[in-house]
Amino acid sequence: MHIDSIKNGVVIDHIKSGKSMEIYHHLELDKLDCTVAIIKNVHSKKMGYKDIIKIDSEMEVDLDVLGYIDPDITVNIIKNEVLCEKKKLTLPNQIKDVIKCKNPRCITTTEQDLPHIFKLTDAATKTYRCIYCETKAKTE
Amino acid sequence: MRSLIDILSLSTDEIDELIAVAEDIIARPEEYREKCRYKKLATLFFEPSTRTRLSFEAAMYELGGSVLGFSEANSSSAAKGESVADTARTVSCYADIIAMRHPKEGAPLVASMASSVPIINAGDGGHNHPTQTLTDLLTIKREKGRLNNLTVGFCGDLKFGRTVHSLIEALSRYTGIEFVLISPEELKLPGYLKKDLLDVKGIKYTETTDLEGVMPELDILYMTRVQRERFFNEEDYLRLKDSYILTPKKLENAKDDLAILHPLPRVNEIHTSVDADPRACYFRQVLNGKFIRMALILKLLEVE
Repeated sequence: MHIDSIKNGVVIDHIKSGKSMEIYHHLELDKLDCTVAIIKNVHSKKMGYKDIIKIDSEMEVDLDVLGYIDPDITVNIIKNEVLCEKKKLTLPNQIKDVIKCKNPRCITTTEQDLPHIFKLTDAATKTYRCIYCETKAKTE
Repeated sequence: MRSLIDILSLSTDEIDELIAVAEDIIARPEEYREKCRYKKLATLFFEPSTRTRLSFEAAMYELGGSVLGFSEANSSSAAKGESVADTARTVSCYADIIAMRHPKEGAPLVASMASSVPIINAGDGGHNHPTQTLTDLLTIKREKGRLNNLTVGFCGDLKFGRTVHSLIEALSRYTGIEFVLISPEELKLPGYLKKDLLDVKGIKYTETTDLEGVMPELDILYMTRVQRERFFNEEDYLRLKDSYILTPKKLENAKDDLAILHPLPRVNEIHTSVDADPRACYFRQVLNGKFIRMALILKLLEVE
């Protein structure tokens, strides 16, 4: 299968196989007018299989969202068909409106306009807790 | 401008300072009678809690201030669908400080983000109730003269009891503390507190179902009520509610200087015949609640 290289844009690489659609939705790529390629189940020496997303337009990618989903993902910035920057991801200290609090007693269940904010409380175990009720986010 | 949402947001130095102010209020109440003159406390109680609300109100009156507010959500604009943030923004135009109780966890934090005056969390569901913990700490300090080197027994509902969780978290920051956790199997302390707090800090604790067996070891016995509202199943509640009832007989082997605490209200978990025992501190604890709230109001209003 042939997918064109991109001139100016972003390549999100080393996505765990099957996770690309989740990232597509979180980054709201459906709202873009440019070409977006989701390539699933690509052979990878390191990972066995992986997914790749190619975005044929310059854009600011929310690195916090990607870092939360998987800090091993790589983000490559392409300019004039040349890789000009590889962005390293880390676990973000805080994520906003990426996941929702599932605690039925949390204030976010009755006040719909409140942002769902989670804070990293333990990087070793990748534990995030709701800032309002401190309920642990369910890891996927 | 600072609020109090969670007991752990106060350092142990700040807690010690609050306790010192409360003890000074007890020793020299006349010095504090005018400290909050012309200041107003708003008590926003979205669910009823007569005891806590009256304690805050009494605290503010004793500082010479005044009080406004509501005691249930039906008599507030929340009944019309107003958000917590908007209520806090509005009330902060009328009052200098706000004490808020709300059934939803995190509501006081939301209020503190919107308010222009300090917010005190007066209980948010089963989550935090920092002024109860301050009350407990002041009581332990006054009864025992220290907050370190104590064997503290918690008895009853250790699973759902937020006062237990908060006090364990607060006491874990002092040295030489050992916990004895007495409960039926179904109401044991949640695993995350043991694993993430006690084990991480290397704090010694034992779990048992036998209250009388551990009684001689205890410096503090913190009794709790098995709360009907925390159970989804009435049968479980009825089966567990009478698990531990403290009687004079069960206290026969206790230390002479044991301090018995209870956040109140009690149902039947402490027999009324224990009330006359000088080691029963729970009504002195209520009084301490007013003094520590006075100290807290002074601190948050930055009144010297």
